Amino acid sequence: MNWHHVKTVARTDLRQLIGAKDFWIPMAILGSMFFLIIPFVLLISITSLGDVDAVAQVSQAIKVLPATAQEQIQGDTDAGRTSYALAVFLFAPVAIVVPLTISTAVGSSTIVGERERGTGEFLAHSPAGAQEIYMGKLIASFVPGYATTLVGFGAYSILVNTVVGPEVGGWFFPTAQWWALMLWVMPPFLLLTLSLVLRLSARVKSTAAAHQASGLVTLPLIGVAYSQSTGALFGAGVSSLWIGLVAWTIALFSLTRGMKAITRGRLLGVAIDT
Amino acid sequence: METDTQTATPAATKAPASASRLGTDSHDAPQGLTVAVRNVSRSFGEVQALNGLTIEVPTGRITVLLGPNGAGKTTAIRTITGALAPHQGTVQVFGVNPLEHGEDVRSRCGIVSANPALYDRLSGWHNLDYAADLYQVTGNKEAKIRAAAERFGIEHALDLPVGGYSTGMKTRLALSRSVLHDPELLLFDEPTSGLDPESAHAVLALIREMTANGTTVVMCTHHLAEAEGLADRIVMLDGGRDLIGGAPEDLTNRFWPQAIVHIRCDEPGAIEAVRSMPGVISTTLTNDATGAELHLDEVTRTPEIVAALTAGGARITKVEPFEPSLEDLYFAVRAEARADGVIGDAPLDDTHRETAKIGDLA
Repeated sequence: MNWHHVKTVARTDLRQLIGAKDFWIPMAILGSMFFLIIPFVLLISITSLGDVDAVAQVSQAIKVLPATAQEQIQGDTDAGRTSYALAVFLFAPVAIVVPLTISTAVGSSTIVGERERGTGEFLAHSPAGAQEIYMGKLIASFVPGYATTLVGFGAYSILVNTVVGPEVGGWFFPTAQWWALMLWVMPPFLLLTLSLVLRLSARVKSTAAAHQASGLVTLPLIGVAYSQSTGALFGAGVSSLWIGLVAWTIALFSLTRGMKAITRGRLLGVAIDT
Repeated sequence: METDTQTATPAATKAPASASRLGTDSHDAPQGLTVAVRNVSRSFGEVQALNGLTIEVPTGRITVLLGPNGAGKTTAIRTITGALAPHQGTVQVFGVNPLEHGEDVRSRCGIVSANPALYDRLSGWHNLDYAADLYQVTGNKEAKIRAAAERFGIEHALDLPVGGYSTGMKTRLALSRSVLHDPELLLFDEPTSGLDPESAHAVLALIREMTANGTTVVMCTHHLAEAEGLADRIVMLDGGRDLIGGAPEDLTNRFWPQAIVHIRCDEPGAIEAVRSMPGVISTTLTNDATGAELHLDEVTRTPEIVAALTAGGARITKVEPFEPSLEDLYFAVRAEARADGVIGDAPLDDTHRETAKIGDLA
């Protein structure tokens, strides 16, 4: 594997993405919605506006959480405990939905897009190996989603600590489970999804078909990732390590298989049916 | 054309009398071969793109792959770089199999495809920078990018997004990209596609210039005028196979081994006298007997013939040596391939061309 080629392919794809305002502006809005706007509205309504109905409803929901999760909840008041539970447990899917959506959008068109624009011909004749092109495309699809998540995670941390912190005795976020979720559990789910999406992108005949097919693949994966990430947050510290380990194993297997999906014939658009 | 064929018909308008003149010359270039494609076949489903194709590309020369759309030219280029694997036959580039030594072969090749294959969202500079990094250009990368752009007159637009380039600018940028890494083999697939005549002429001049330093060039085209004067070697393709291959002059000699002169007098019958003259192999008279196509052993016989006719009282109105063009050769080859059953029926334009050949004295 020539990592210089991998880096070059990835860097060029990212450079094109940065130049595509029509892509990243909607994605930035999506990230802002999930990481800032929705949490801010919900948390502020509980802590500052004293929305009694919301507090009562969420307090009921807290009672059905696993004992390990309930033990972690901090705060002396209902509003404090409720806002803490929301901040730590409710927004787990945020960390999954946003990167999967962004990376899938990038990854689904990355190979079929080369073919449609005719630039696949250039890559097919270049010295870069098919596996190097695959890895470059994978990185270029992974980085926007994961980077958005990390930036959003940072912004979300500041938000919840500012809004909820005074209610629970100071800054509390990110918790250990959130660190594990962001750094250990979420990346393999993202890579697993991308391994499937890139395979689809290499095989379909148009970008539109790639988007359709990718949606079908990622929806169930979002469900699985959501349930597993929630479990990682609810469970004891070690549970997220096990969930992450299994996810990494499956992701690496799928990535290895996915590497075979990119051939020069597919970049040229002549090997789809042969 | 009105002709009264009394002895021989022009070579291009008749079926071969003996063995076919089709086939590819084996090249014995002293420098050796950069590319040797031998008996290669490749299909895509039901479509047979290559069908026993043989191409030899001598080092340091320009080889033109000539053929109509769908002849297999682009697929041939793709097998040369190893982008496509042949189903049958062998490909050797720089003496190695590009499927086994792909990175090495491709890093020594520069390609311009029919579609310039540029990234529209990137600037011209970043397109070249991408290629420079993929091909691992060594030394002063920035200087080499600028030099390549200047060579093709596109340096003024390097900071602009390629999406705003004209077709000519894109072609120039693609050409610049192809030479960035000083390749030993340049593969051009319809490099003048979509260009105006002036730009196309400039591009062809640059291609010729590039062979001056020993670079080997393979160029695909279906424009006969582009190949004329540019090609050191021609391979005519159709249906995925090579119909004929060799140096243009050798191929012309294969079809027109004798010198041909068109001559016309103002008096019917006067021209009959040349038949018995030394060096005249055959004549083809027009119906009104005022003109003839003479096949001579040497074109230098022409002054003697003119002098003899004049001495006999004939008033000569036209003397024109016939020098077969590449276009003449192209249609002669296709006519013979059709007669041999190698390719299918002619499109209307080809039929017209092949029946209106060199014997037309009108």
